[in-house]
Parts: sequence; structure tokens; C-alpha cells
Amino acid sequence: MELNTLLFYILAAVTGFCAVAVVITQNIVRAAAWLLFTLAGTAGIFFLLGADFVGATQLLVYVGGTLVLVVFGVMLTAQGPFVSMRVGAAEWAIALGVGLLLYGVLAVTLIQFRGPDAAQAGLAEDQLPGSVVLGQALLGDRLASPAGNVTGIPGTGYGAAAGLGAASAAPQVTVRPRERVAYLLPFEVVSVHLLVVLIGAAYLARAKRRRAPAGGLRPGEGGVSA
Amino acid sequence: MSPEIGLNHYLLLGALLFVCGAVCMAIKRNAIGVLMGVELVLNGATVNFVAFARFNPTFQVEGQVFALFVIVLAAAEAAVALAIVLNFYNNHTTVDVDTAEELKG
Repeated sequence: MELNTLLFYILAAVTGFCAVAVVITQNIVRAAAWLLFTLAGTAGIFFLLGADFVGATQLLVYVGGTLVLVVFGVMLTAQGPFVSMRVGAAEWAIALGVGLLLYGVLAVTLIQFRGPDAAQAGLAEDQLPGSVVLGQALLGDRLASPAGNVTGIPGTGYGAAAGLGAASAAPQVTVRPRERVAYLLPFEVVSVHLLVVLIGAAYLARAKRRRAPAGGLRPGEGGVSA
Repeated sequence: MSPEIGLNHYLLLGALLFVCGAVCMAIKRNAIGVLMGVELVLNGATVNFVAFARFNPTFQVEGQVFALFVIVLAAAEAAVALAIVLNFYNNHTTVDVDTAEELKG
């Protein structure tokens, strides 16, 4: 058995098992711990897929940032040492049924789906875009996938100019000269979005001052912080 | 199923993460548990994006870029949702989502 295959099965088993454990555990602190292992396993899957930068970002942002935030939320809202909210047996049965049904539908669809095969369409290890390519794509300095037609600009591409019909729209390996399409605008939108989220979260979670009943605080009285 | 690890294996893993997240969102009483379900769903979507980036040459940069956007937006969403949960806890001293029914018509 090849090393990649073995690694995939180990990582997939860890990730899947921890994801199921997040669902079935009753203790919210343990759910956070299982979520930690799920996210770390997903980062391992990204490394296995050759997406080094995405895997590193997953570790930094998710495991290092979001999960710490979640654990702080658990601690700040805990009524007792072990917060557990019971779920009834009937609810478990319904959830199990719905979950298995949903996964069955997805799995059957995926097995019937004939995607690009690993042998014929998979990229070699040295063809995978590294973090330099990702940075250039985000900054608008470089065309995105050279073989790609996902941006869907009609009529101006190499295929239309060379008289290739729409019937031969299968993945072209030729580099098409086209407009510069990259991800500078979404990058900026996301950065502004993060600023808005920062302000909004700080505003929502601020320490409140209880209003005086007559409306408004009189000078010198001061509010009692909630 | 072929012994070679292909796109479908990764898609099945992403589907498993998605289903776990959906069930987690449905059955958890704790608001933070619901938030964990959302994180699981977003992780399943990210696994799919990166798998398509690996196995589809026309998607090799886009998949990873979208995955990065998903990760960043999930972090932002978690921050806002936790702020809302803390606010709710300050007002009601509980995080049980069944008690959040003030807006019920």
C-alpha cells in the first residue's frame, strides 16, 4: 500500500471519528476538544492534497484562533463545571435517521459521479500551485489557473478565436490570452468585512451600563456595569 | 472502489463532515454547540474545494483561494456569533437555544 493511501485512510479515520464524536458527546467542553482534533485532521488532509498554504492557514486561523474563541465562549457562558444539555432518545433516533439518510444520498450521488480521474487529470506534485502563486492570484498580479475557464468570460478567449466549438470545451491545456482575472477585489472585500466584523463584535460584546429608569444617566450617578 | 485515492474519497470525507455538522446544528441545545456544527459544515465545504483544486486542473488556484476565503469568513462568523451568544447569556443567564423565543411571532 502506498504511503499516500495509508496516510489518507489514517487522517480520514481520525477526522471522521472526531467529527462524529463532536455530535454525540453531551459535554460541550469535550465537544470543543473533539472539534480541535477534527480541524487538525482536516489540516492534515490539506497537506496531503498538496495545499500547504491552506493547511497552514487552517492550523493558524482555525485551530489557533477560532477554537480558542470557542473555548473562551464555553468558559464565559458555563453555569457549572460540566455543562451538559441532555437530548432525548427520540431526538437521537430522528437525528440518526436523518443523518444516515442525508449521508446515504450524498454518498450514492458521489459514487455515481464520474469526476476527473486521479490518474488522468490529477496534477503532478511539482505542478501544484504554491503559496507564491496563491499570493499573486490574490493580489491580481497573475492570471488564475492557466487552463481554467471558470471565470466564464464568453467569446473573447483563445477557444473562440481559434474556431474551437463549444463541443470541445473539455479542459484545454493551452494557455488562453484573456483579461486579467484574479482575486484582488474579493481580497479587499474580505479585508473590509473583517474590519466590520471586528467593530461589530466589539460593539455587541461590550460591557453594558444599566440605564437609570428615568432615561439616561444623570451626571455624577454613574451606571452599574452589568 | 479503486485502491487509488481519487477525488471521490475526499468528497466522501467532505460529505461526512457536512452531515456531522448538519446533525450537530440540529440536535445541540447549547448555542455554542450549534456554532461548532457550523464550523464542521464549513470544513466539509473547504475539503471539497481543496480536493477539486487538486484533481481538476481548471480549478487549481481557484479551489485554494476559495478555501482561504471560507476559512477567513468562518473565523469572522465565529467572532460575531460568540459576541451574540455572550450578549444573550448576559441577558438570560443561559445559552439554551430553546429559550431564545422572544422574537417568536
